[in-house]
Amino acid sequence: MNELRELYQEMIIEHGRHPRNFCVLENASCKQEGFNPLCGDHLILFLIEKNGVIENISFQGSGCAISMASASLMTDAVKNKSIKEAEKLFQQFHLLITENKSEENLGKLAVLAGVSEFPARVKCATLAWHTLKAALQNETQTVSTE
Amino acid sequence: MNVRKDFPILEKIIYLDSGATTQKPRCVIDAIQKFYLEDNANIHRGVYELSQRATKKFEHVREQVKNFIHAEHSHEIIFTRGTTESINLVAQCLSHNHIQKDDEILISAMEHHSNIVPWQLIAEKIGAKIKVIPITDLGEIELESFRKLFTAKTKMVAVTHVSNVLGTVNPIKEMIRIAHENNVPVLVDGAQAVPHLSVNVTELDCDFYAFSSHKMYGPTGVGVLYGKTEWLKKMPPYQGGGDMIERVSFEKTTYNKLPYKFEAGTPDISNVIGLGVAIDYLNQIGMHAITEHEKKLLAIATEELKKIPELKIFGESENKIGVISFTLNDIHPHDIGTILDHENIAVRAGHHCAMPLMQRFNVPAMTRISFGIYNTEKDIENLIKGLKIVHEVFHERIT
Ligand SMILES: Cc1ncc(COP(=O)(O)O)c(C=O)c1O
Repeated sequence: MNELRELYQEMIIEHGRHPRNFCVLENASCKQEGFNPLCGDHLILFLIEKNGVIENISFQGSGCAISMASASLMTDAVKNKSIKEAEKLFQQFHLLITENKSEENLGKLAVLAGVSEFPARVKCATLAWHTLKAALQNETQTVSTE
Repeated sequence: MNVRKDFPILEKIIYLDSGATTQKPRCVIDAIQKFYLEDNANIHRGVYELSQRATKKFEHVREQVKNFIHAEHSHEIIFTRGTTESINLVAQCLSHNHIQKDDEILISAMEHHSNIVPWQLIAEKIGAKIKVIPITDLGEIELESFRKLFTAKTKMVAVTHVSNVLGTVNPIKEMIRIAHENNVPVLVDGAQAVPHLSVNVTELDCDFYAFSSHKMYGPTGVGVLYGKTEWLKKMPPYQGGGDMIERVSFEKTTYNKLPYKFEAGTPDISNVIGLGVAIDYLNQIGMHAITEHEKKLLAIATEELKKIPELKIFGESENKIGVISFTLNDIHPHDIGTILDHENIAVRAGHHCAMPLMQRFNVPAMTRISFGIYNTEKDIENLIKGLKIVHEVFHERIT
């Protein structure tokens, strides 16, 4: 039960049920779709980027608690960050959920550390991040974590 | 049913995913090893005794399969890599002359991707159309709508015998009768039927019947296509190579007789041998006893699951066998799967290779349990306990 509690922390369940920034951004400068065909997690990311800074970001979609909470926490975490900072954050976050290592204080994102005990769920936790990366690189294809 | 001892792997796991693949009894595993230790040679070619022995064993399995599904002739049994390849074979071969531009192919709303995509591939290539047979909220084929879908352009019906998601046993005998009244051949996807029901292709009068060894306690890598002689004779070969030819010259090649015309290259000999042993094993237990055992488990599990508040079961046909797909409140199946896995219970979570069916029921995913001969009431108890933990994690959290 302990590992499960570690994975499904209160904040994850809460963000999974009531994700933040869960809306359409009408004036988005970029829209990117992400899809995890294995389990059907699906999201669309909206962002407004100006001079290399993510001024606003939101998402819509459906999926497991981990993918929704991760998307919710990510949007909070990268808002008002520069693209460089966001990319660095993704690297750090990836290290956290695959190897349970963190070099810097990742703030709320750290609640997802429990994913490191569940390798099958890494894809869920990174779907939003991969989608963000693709959006920032201006890719047109739907991102797939497969 | 006292078979658990035959499945060493079950000591380690509560396995409720036989719909994906069944576990293998020790006799099947041993037979494959024994074949390599004592009988291994290529078939249909060696003049030496060893090769003849391997050929004889291989061809004996064809006889066994023929008897198991009550076909009339063993040359109507073609070995493939699995259900998927069997269906692709039929679709590709029929696309050469039988199905043409603007023709229509009927498939049901509950098909597995492997009985959708092969038809889409040929439809796209030749400009044919796919029409979908609707299903009811209970998860049953709408027979009346099916009847009305036929036009002069209808050239093929492809439908599953048993749904891998809903568990519905479709009225395929009736459907085949209706199709034949319209002079349309029928392919039946039997992947989820053969492991659970006694199948009689002669009585059904289907034109093609496809299934996989690995879902019926046999090894992976082998499947079967049953086809009526008249169709198999009409169809061009699927792949070219060794074994499927009679005489080859650079000017012209003549093809081997049935079933070899459709078996190009060296087949998966050892695993075909394994399939034969799996069939013996199933016959020993008896298909009737298997159906009854799994029906009992289905009834118990359905009753227990229905006691859980906010659990919704998809597929409530009277004609249903050992599969239950469900959703639990707003908890995503993937989360349910992870928590059950943590309790050592293997279930399937996701779209079950049936995305159009998920759309039909308006859910992104479902959790599925499916039974095999080795499952017990104890497995169901454990599942219910596991689902209580799911509830705990998501609702009544002890902080
Ligand atoms: C109804 C149905 N058809 C076809 C298949 C495909 O079988 P295979 O992957 O063995 O080719 C499956 C397997 O999941 C199935 O359940």
